[in-house]
Amino acid sequence: MSLLNLHLKVWRQNGSQPGHFQDIEAPEIPDHASFLEMMDIVNERLISKGEDPVAFDHDCREGICGMCSMQINGVPHGPEKATTTCQLHMRKFRTGDTIWIEPFRASAFPILKDLMVDRTAFDRIQQAGGFVTVRTGAPQDANALPIGKEVADAAMDAAECIGCGACVAACKNASAMLFVSAKAGQLNSLPQGQPEKDRRTLGMVRQMDKEGFGNCTNQYECEAACPKGISVRWITKLNRDYAIASVKEAFGNTPKVAGGGD
Amino acid sequence: MFKMKTSHMSAVFDSLSRFYASSIGKKFLVALTGLVLIGFVFGHMIGNLLIFVGKDAINEYGHMLQTALHGGGVWIARLGLLAAVGIHIVATIQLTRANRAARKDAYGQHKAQVSSKASHTMIWSGLTLLAFIVYHLLHFTVHAGNDYGTYHTTLHGETVHDVYRMVIAGFSWAPASIFYIIAMLLLSTHLSHGFSSLFQTLGVSTDKTEPLFKKLGYAFAGLVLVGNCSIPIAILFFHYGR
Ligand code: HEM
Ligand code: SF4
Ligand code: FES
Repeated sequence: MSLLNLHLKVWRQNGSQPGHFQDIEAPEIPDHASFLEMMDIVNERLISKGEDPVAFDHDCREGICGMCSMQINGVPHGPEKATTTCQLHMRKFRTGDTIWIEPFRASAFPILKDLMVDRTAFDRIQQAGGFVTVRTGAPQDANALPIGKEVADAAMDAAECIGCGACVAACKNASAMLFVSAKAGQLNSLPQGQPEKDRRTLGMVRQMDKEGFGNCTNQYECEAACPKGISVRWITKLNRDYAIASVKEAFGNTPKVAGGGD
Repeated sequence: MFKMKTSHMSAVFDSLSRFYASSIGKKFLVALTGLVLIGFVFGHMIGNLLIFVGKDAINEYGHMLQTALHGGGVWIARLGLLAAVGIHIVATIQLTRANRAARKDAYGQHKAQVSSKASHTMIWSGLTLLAFIVYHLLHFTVHAGNDYGTYHTTLHGETVHDVYRMVIAGFSWAPASIFYIIAMLLLSTHLSHGFSSLFQTLGVSTDKTEPLFKKLGYAFAGLVLVGNCSIPIAILFFHYGR
């Protein structure tokens, strides 16, 4: 094990008050620590000095919950491909490095404190159609609904999205298209999702716009930053599904979509 | 009866305006109008290259455009292009503003990992193109501040506009030629991103076709650059037709 001496530039902010970068020295960080453990060590030291620890989001610390965030040296979840911040290790850094640590920045993700942002906009998008309505009564036989292997695999790929928001953070437009397309596309691919497909697509895209996310300029920074490697082909599908649903809404018999979800 | 009809009409209209109001809807129109403009840029370039075939070839082409459908053809094309350019510009400016509003506070550090410079400067290449389109129309269509409109020649015993002489005269003036070349450089950057991008927006790209669209886009951008710039370069620097 070797120890790293690091210079951190950490964003400090209280709610909607203006924030600033604070220079924090982080000497003697074990290189086998995870990035979040490094933050824990830094916070312990701040607390023992009587200073305010850095607020950051985390939960599972094993790359599955989507709570950890942070823009590390200009990239969401840091430099390692397909890796969440909690799974990023300090051995990826060199002693003497300066590390910029910022919150995910988007108007739709207001900063709560320091590195914590409010991502409930994602929940509201999910509530606008990101589900399959389950009716009460006897469930049908599990084998009664055959699903092709390729379809099931593709839906599983989309289902990998952990809702972390790195796609929004990476995008120059703070667009949520990769998240929305994964969530809508997962269900739109499956037979169970067909009855509500158009309603889901229209509802989720409209909620996405309402939350103030930007729009997609097809630069694919989201895919490059996504810790789960969600493909931009889901965005292709969302564009297609949305156009079809809009045409059906305009000229067909589909009833008008309300907000959805309630 | 009549009431029913208008309410259905307005339901269709409501849905269409909701489509335009949405981010994806606007992008769809940007892509469709972009495709129309790409088609125009290609046809326009092929037509202009007739200048290298000879004086009669380009004059005949110009005369054909002017007289198609008894002179109506050129106006149908103009109005169609005006609509395409208008929708493209209004939608892209609205989208760009929405994108800026979506991130009000800038990052201290923000690294682009995979996207091209061209894709980050679409609004600037686009706005320069807009200035170019206005200049180009004043220069060669409206003939503002020049007497190119009075150039005439005979073709198959008919008096026609002398397009050939106009183009040679137009590009003999260095500032005009240089502005054209700059505009074409920016058009090629615009197309290097826009060409493949439009297929993603229209929902047709696949993992197999995306690399193909990319290569086609670069090839098309290069072709338009070389093809269009060859004319002012030949005239200004190599004295073609002078
Ligand atoms: C000959 C003229 C033009 C052609 C051939 C052209 C072509 C295109 C194409 C194919 C796209 C891609 C559409 C998509 O991503 O779905 C595009 C996007 C765009 N164009 Fe144009 N365009 C032209 C003129 C203009 C002008 C005058 C503006 C001025 C505002 C402009 C601004 C934009 C912007 C901002 C985008 C969006 C870029 C993005 O999504 O990243 N374009 N254009
Ligand atoms: S698409 Fe990827 S980056 Fe976006 S929220 Fe889902 S897991 Fe995170
Ligand atoms: S803390 Fe759960 S994914 Fe990182």
